[in-house]
Amino acid sequence: MNETLTPAATTEKSQHTRRMTLNMGPQHPSTHGVLRVLLELEGETVLKCTPDIGFLHTGIEKQCEALNWQQVITLTDRVDYLANLSNNLCYSLAVEKLLEMEIPPKAQWMRVLLCELTRINSHLVWLGTHALDIGAMTVFFLCFREREDILRLFEMFSGQRLMTSYIRVGGLALDPPRGWEKRVKTFMDTLPSRVDEYESLLNSNPIWLKRTKGVGRLPVEEMLEIGMTGPCIRAAGIPMDARKMMPYSSYDKFNFEVPTSTDNDVYARYAVRVAEIRESIKIVNQAMAGMPEGPVQASAPHVVLPEREKMKTQMESLIYHFKIVTEGFSVPAGEVFQVIESPRGELGYYVVSDGTAKPLRVHMRTPSFGNLQALPNLIEDRMLADAIAIMGSLDFVLGDCDR
Amino acid sequence: MLPENLKENAIAASLEQADSDLLLGGNTDHNELTLDVVPEKILGALQTLKGQRFERLSTVTVVDRYPMEPRFEVVYHLQSVSRNLYVRLKCRVSGEKPEIDSATAVYAAANWYEREAWDLFGVVFKNHPNLTRIMMPDFWEGHPLRRDYPVHGYKYSYQSE
Repeated sequence: MNETLTPAATTEKSQHTRRMTLNMGPQHPSTHGVLRVLLELEGETVLKCTPDIGFLHTGIEKQCEALNWQQVITLTDRVDYLANLSNNLCYSLAVEKLLEMEIPPKAQWMRVLLCELTRINSHLVWLGTHALDIGAMTVFFLCFREREDILRLFEMFSGQRLMTSYIRVGGLALDPPRGWEKRVKTFMDTLPSRVDEYESLLNSNPIWLKRTKGVGRLPVEEMLEIGMTGPCIRAAGIPMDARKMMPYSSYDKFNFEVPTSTDNDVYARYAVRVAEIRESIKIVNQAMAGMPEGPVQASAPHVVLPEREKMKTQMESLIYHFKIVTEGFSVPAGEVFQVIESPRGELGYYVVSDGTAKPLRVHMRTPSFGNLQALPNLIEDRMLADAIAIMGSLDFVLGDCDR
Repeated sequence: MLPENLKENAIAASLEQADSDLLLGGNTDHNELTLDVVPEKILGALQTLKGQRFERLSTVTVVDRYPMEPRFEVVYHLQSVSRNLYVRLKCRVSGEKPEIDSATAVYAAANWYEREAWDLFGVVFKNHPNLTRIMMPDFWEGHPLRRDYPVHGYKYSYQSE
């Protein structure tokens, strides 16, 4: 055991107060996963905070090197289990950049639509659990009711609720199912009033306001310096959003705002995320209205599997099918750092190819890892009860952090 | 020396101006600027770029080019939010004695990324405040993301007897 992480029961004793080391997690409900935080307390004030991560390290980056390019998609799902389609998209975009592949507009629009549904899904889970941490239980049930609808949509598209693997290198895995427009539209029509419902439960709730307003402030320069991204940095007043700054997958063709706030506290992070849900609804509606016609896979026979019927009737398709299935496709040597805006912040895939059918290196710059690094700066010298609210406001997923 | 293909690039030129022995090469493949930096001078390069409004260090990672030598590439991605730019710095360090100065003195964000790089690749970051394992357990032997480390590990089972 590492010395700095070994808890000592009572480290120091003075006349009136004595310091205590508290071991929070790895099985604590408000650590949202398996995060262990060592807190050194004096009374109820946190003097020192040491996060201990790695409990969920599954060696995904190592496994990526053992699989071929298309198989890696299934691993990217498991990086961030609340934003699997964002991870699918980021990896696919990186590989497509190396392949210099053109993706048909319908696939791009579908990707945008699905990623925004993912963002709503992730924010709903965050809102529910964060409110539950602070003591508002009803919001949790309401959020998970709507989340269930989104998961049913994902199941309709891909056959899976969580590990969708729906976005593939070269486009989408399958054509969208029959009747998807109606299902998505029904859901999108009800969602805005549901968001109003959550806000009506929280915005005027005196306990919620007392626990969140003015809590968890940090100078914005320090936040940038330590690597925080996403809604946390937008709640500090910097409109940093890869969808606007470096548009990918046709995001430049959509009309939406990047919500910001300058309050820079837990409440501002909540307000920004709720505003983002509303923006995502706008984007999904635009994507539905302007959905182009055409194929959902690029015409790249050496990468995309041929249609089943063609494979059975055309010799050429059969050869491509055999080659892709047995050895996979090779990607030209090179390196790419693709950044997208995941629900949690800046998600970057650094993909290196040496020209073979397997990646040389896939590094994931995950938002949770960067945000969690700021935890000591945010918690130290504050009250223990605020630590729970601050941790919740960072919205980390430990799978995303440990990979 | 500033390579021919980067003569037009303002960021490369400014680094060249700060220290003429700093750059080894670079490219702009896929519209992404990559600069090869002399490993001993990485802190100077980061400092110069931070002065040019590259406010944040996005990530630090390592690529293992085993069995090539120099074996490890330490890769830094910097972002300038105000200028909306990314730049990639790359330092090649040998497999014999992989070590490089820690970037924590310039960017605080490097702390965990360098711990991860040391944990998984065994590249030593000199003057790092707390270079301990972060992903693997403290008792772990070896550095699992190296290319010569088998995917399944060295043992049949890792369950304690």
